[in-house]
Amino acid sequence: MFKRSDQDKRPSVSVFVDGTAIAARQGDTVSAALLASSCDARRATAVSGAPRLPYCMMGVCFDCLVTIDGVGNRQGCLVPVAEGMQIEIQKGKREIGR
Amino acid sequence: MQKDYDVAVVGGGLLGSAIAWGLGRLGKTVVVLDEGDIAKRASRANFALVWVQSKGLGMPAYTGWTVRASEAWGRLAAELKEQTGLDVALQQNGGFHLTLGDDEFGQRSDLVTRMHNQTGAADYRMEMLSASSVKKMLPLIGPEVSGGSFCPLDGHVNSLRTFRAFHTGMKLFGVDYFPEQPVSAIVSDGGEFRLSTPQGEVRADRIVLAAGNANQTLAPMVGLSAPMGPTRGQIVVTERTMPFLPHPLTTLRQTDEGTVMIGDSREEQLDDRALNHAVSAVMADRAQRTFPHLARLNVVRTWAGIRVMPQDGFPIYDHSESAPGAFVACCHSGVTLASNHAFEIARMVAAGALEPDLVGAFTARRFGVAGNGQHSH
Repeated sequence: MFKRSDQDKRPSVSVFVDGTAIAARQGDTVSAALLASSCDARRATAVSGAPRLPYCMMGVCFDCLVTIDGVGNRQGCLVPVAEGMQIEIQKGKREIGR
Repeated sequence: MQKDYDVAVVGGGLLGSAIAWGLGRLGKTVVVLDEGDIAKRASRANFALVWVQSKGLGMPAYTGWTVRASEAWGRLAAELKEQTGLDVALQQNGGFHLTLGDDEFGQRSDLVTRMHNQTGAADYRMEMLSASSVKKMLPLIGPEVSGGSFCPLDGHVNSLRTFRAFHTGMKLFGVDYFPEQPVSAIVSDGGEFRLSTPQGEVRADRIVLAAGNANQTLAPMVGLSAPMGPTRGQIVVTERTMPFLPHPLTTLRQTDEGTVMIGDSREEQLDDRALNHAVSAVMADRAQRTFPHLARLNVVRTWAGIRVMPQDGFPIYDHSESAPGAFVACCHSGVTLASNHAFEIARMVAAGALEPDLVGAFTARRFGVAGNGQHSH
């Protein structure tokens, strides 16, 4: 969907999306990394199940909700990526206890 | 703005709109005179339980009235769905009051025993269950839960959608709804009532005072009394989570859309604009001791609301002797009793008389001399 700039020389960070490794860049937020990747990052909303992608990218719209390292409903646009991070595209409501 | 109506309902909250909907359903011409959006509206500050257990200690008639409401709720939900297309998400598969520690279990057991021993009350099969029995029905309870009481008649509903369904249905029945028109004066004159509002006067053959806490000042204008006062309640609401709670609890429930509501305090403070965080903290702490998994959920909002509380906690339904055709209705449990208000009270108002067999016990005369509007707090 998005193409990274050739000028972007930041070091690569490896994270996992539903178990598959993707290459992010140091300083990316989880949402930026997902949008720049080729994976289907669409979550499903909690009530109607409608597909959504990160939208405002500044912590307001909550359309970037994602499970990060086993914790549901994290705002992906506010969390920087870290090496080995486990990201799960959240389908529907957060699971109790996660 | 003069127009004649069969009935003017003063108050468009859950109580007033239930009665107005019921009157519209019976073909009456009805107007609802309401406050605006900033009204301290209990209809938006309730916990949405359709609740039977522990109701009526000290007044067996209230137990019977509540059981009747619980049994009629299914029909109400079905009629609202058919008329408006709105599903109010009624769920009536039984509810719990869970206890933490042995002392609370003992206190709850005593209450259940006293309810059973009360003569004249309907049996609604409330029973105490051990922690291990509770765990079979609610697998995620924590180790501090000592058990609790269960009543198979209990349930809950989406109360905001119920409120919306009543208003949608009223419109379909041709009921006139006028917001921003609080009633300031009522005169009974030659068999009709004239109600003063900021937009002018409205005339009706009958009136129903369903204005919540404002009933205190309105009732004496037509020879009625409504000894009551406001109380404040706080609620904590979490983000949506996958369904984990198959039954509602007195202070914890999961809505049809997945949010967990943690309630509900009862405070004497009457300012609903600020939260008492100490109270919220106690509520949240009890919730996570009951269900440890809740500790990981984020709270998305907390709020306080003002509710209605008749002086002795039981509903008031009365018909004026000095101004026949004037009725007053007030209660704390506007959600649970909505079915009775929509079907029974509306029918009685349409017929022009309350039925003593059903609601005679709820007259305000129980507080003393009727009609003088005086009461002590």
